[in-house]
Amino acid sequence: MSVLIDKSTRLIVQGLTGREGTFHAKQAAAYGTTVVGGVTPGKGGTTHEGWPIFDTVRDAVKQTGANVSVVFVPPAFAADAVMESADAGLALVVCITEGIPTFDMMRAITFLKARPATRLVGPNCPGLISPGKAKAGIIPGNICKEGRIGIVSKSGTLTYEAIHQLTTLGMGQTTCIGIGGDPLIGTSHIDALKLFAQDPETDAVIMIGEIGGTAEEEAAAWIKAHFKKPVVGFIAGQTAPPGRRMGHAGAIIAGGKGTAAEKMAALTAAGVKVVKSPADMGRAIKELL
Amino acid sequence: MNIHEYQAKTILARYGVPVPRGEVTFTAADAADIARRLGTSVVVVKAQIHAGGRGKGGGVKIAKSPEDATTLTRAMLGMTLVTHQTGPEGRVVGRVLIEEGLAIQRELYVSVVLDRTAGKPVIMASAAGGMDIEEVAAKTPEKIVRVSIDPGVGVVPFEARQLGFGIGLDGPQVNKFVKVVTVLYEAYLATDASLLEINPLIVTQTGELLALDAKMNFDDNALYRHADIKDLRDLDEEDPLEIEASKYSLNYIHLDGTIGCMVNGAGLAMATMDIIKLAGGEPANFLDVGGGANAEQIRNAFKILMSDRNVKAVLINIFGGILRCDVLAQGVIAAVKELGVPVPIVIRMEGTNVDEGKRLLRESKMNFTTADSMDEAAQKVVQLAG
Repeated sequence: MSVLIDKSTRLIVQGLTGREGTFHAKQAAAYGTTVVGGVTPGKGGTTHEGWPIFDTVRDAVKQTGANVSVVFVPPAFAADAVMESADAGLALVVCITEGIPTFDMMRAITFLKARPATRLVGPNCPGLISPGKAKAGIIPGNICKEGRIGIVSKSGTLTYEAIHQLTTLGMGQTTCIGIGGDPLIGTSHIDALKLFAQDPETDAVIMIGEIGGTAEEEAAAWIKAHFKKPVVGFIAGQTAPPGRRMGHAGAIIAGGKGTAAEKMAALTAAGVKVVKSPADMGRAIKELL
Repeated sequence: MNIHEYQAKTILARYGVPVPRGEVTFTAADAADIARRLGTSVVVVKAQIHAGGRGKGGGVKIAKSPEDATTLTRAMLGMTLVTHQTGPEGRVVGRVLIEEGLAIQRELYVSVVLDRTAGKPVIMASAAGGMDIEEVAAKTPEKIVRVSIDPGVGVVPFEARQLGFGIGLDGPQVNKFVKVVTVLYEAYLATDASLLEINPLIVTQTGELLALDAKMNFDDNALYRHADIKDLRDLDEEDPLEIEASKYSLNYIHLDGTIGCMVNGAGLAMATMDIIKLAGGEPANFLDVGGGANAEQIRNAFKILMSDRNVKAVLINIFGGILRCDVLAQGVIAAVKELGVPVPIVIRMEGTNVDEGKRLLRESKMNFTTADSMDEAAQKVVQLAG
């Protein structure tokens, strides 16, 4: 099994006609994902690379039976695209776009709270992949392997790093979820852990966090109370100076809060095997199992 | 993005937030005239830097006469102001705000920030104004009152009243406080602020409420729709190398160490700094060249790294997903040939086309050190940096 996406996924791409949208739609299809079409307002009725293009997400859903959308729309329009997908009732919207204004996301998240049937992953994330089944986003399929480890991460390339370490050690993955590095995101570490808790094929989880906010501390409390599977944790930004935004909009130590040390301590206290070095994530999982 | 106090006050005044009368000056010669125009028996001379704690560092002084204002301004302009937020190197003062003196009865605190977990703004108020709010939060958290704002509704007057009564204001003061909080929230939303902090918000002897200090930070992602705010950027407050890097759209933060890093992805870039530290070294920077880094970006990145005289060795750590390792290797070889990088370079790459990338590096006959894993790379680069 896997979580969120699998062989039943029917994917549409919002922004399919753009450069990134085109490239990654092809990659997803080549990986075996059922890509059923794209949405670009004003280009409805045309086709692009053999896929039908629709003006609205509602049209796309009606015509193709899509259940998942990936958003590659530029930052100024991305929150709008996310809300449109939620309005059309899609089960999952994955927003890859980086650089969306925080208040745009605040509106989108308020909108999504009134539409609980839709889950948002991201924004500012690499999306997700269920190895051997489907991918919705930009995680390279060639480094993945089908297996029994779940990954949830705020960072894209660190997700790839964790996947690669596991695959090299002969351990595959159920689903890898990049939740994104923005201050406001649709799916939190806890949300992802809840999914992995219910997935009988996920034996253990690698959880990757970074400085800023308190999501990792909240996840630690939840793990302590509810999560029974082994977890390996890594927090990026142990050497980050306070008050500086480390690439990701959400990665900032503000007012002395959100440090790596606090997060690592909270996770350790919750029974998570916290590794100091990003090179040790895969090895630590192997030792736990 | 950060701005100065006087700029924040100008913005807030536009939304109806009461602020003291004052003028900014870049030269001491204007100070006396400003003080005369303000006409109060004393004026306050305030150094403008992007850091808090200015009072304790000697950046806020009372002038008892216009001549006194000139003397104080002259002493302040060009001084290096060190506060707990500037670090030991401090900041050079280039602008001074001169404001009317006010008779203060009470000092309060009010701020609007984003609650990331709730996905909503939160307004915080405290009777313990004028103090470091982090200290108040740590030692006497009960002195901070909070209300969570529904973004679809905005501030409802009762929420502002809860805050006002919660910090011990009386009826007439609460009415004024509600007005202030309402317009503060309006300003916060309309400017895409990431932080709006008034510390202190004062009650004067005559019962007026005024923002005696103001701090505003803005969401960089939203600056495209605020040209007026973007114009307030003060390059003197920024690191010259970071200004240079921003011209190339490189995500670069200058640090004190000796090992330059070039990495793709923000999380991996932070993790690379961490592993350098674990291996006993100190990172010279954070640098995310981005997911789609091309030869041009790699060349630009080398230029920035090489402008930092402290850099004794460079670690390149790339996970090729979309970015192919052979393309990266070509970019590195071309950049090093062109720029003649004089320090050792350790390259660790992994992912798409890694074998081809490694072959290109080997066949270039250039003096690269390669590593197969992140920890090996970190150990090698720390050793080479000496």
